Amino acid sequence: MSEPLAISLFSGTDDRLNAAAVLVAGAAALGRPVHVFLQYWVLDAFRSDRIGADHGLAPEAGADGLNAVHRLQRLGQAPWHETLRQAKELGGVEIQACSLSMDLLDITESDLDPLVDGVEGVTAFWLTASDGQVVFI
Amino acid sequence: MTVTSSITKIVDARGLSCPLPIVKTALAIRELASGEVIEVLATDPGSTKDFIAWSKATGHELVESTVDGNVFRYILRKK
Repeated sequence: MSEPLAISLFSGTDDRLNAAAVLVAGAAALGRPVHVFLQYWVLDAFRSDRIGADHGLAPEAGADGLNAVHRLQRLGQAPWHETLRQAKELGGVEIQACSLSMDLLDITESDLDPLVDGVEGVTAFWLTASDGQVVFI
Repeated sequence: MTVTSSITKIVDARGLSCPLPIVKTALAIRELASGEVIEVLATDPGSTKDFIAWSKATGHELVESTVDGNVFRYILRKK
């Protein structure tokens, strides 16, 4: 179970970020190397001054979904960035910001939380992904 | 000596959602020597299947899997 996994994160809402963090942490616990590429709107959530902010939910969540998420938060469910931090502690998890998206959102590397290891272009992403699985969220 | 009396480390993952019980166990088991035993307490109802799968994938033996009320208890022996 050590096939590498590449995940492109695109949406920056808290529910998608949480689902992604769960997938990353689960793969890391199985010893799979995980390469995460941050594209477009998700980057805003990785800004060091915004990482703990409320990033909303996907439209399909609706009011019931919002209540369900709030209930889990009250029960002490770890936020997505804490799950990612634990996944990185396991090792084998690398998080890279897409350079085009950095330009688009006018973000520099110093704006990003230390969870992000660096900035790369799509060619570097595909080279790392190699023949392994790629997931787009 | 029974397995229970030889527990080296306990991971209390009660109240943690998937996949943190597995992540905490994966981190804790690193500090053990081969053959040493770890006990995990969890309340995540998905953890039973997760611990079976994780044991299979990593080779750490799942010695016991029991449930008492809403608390799941796992005993694993490090590969």
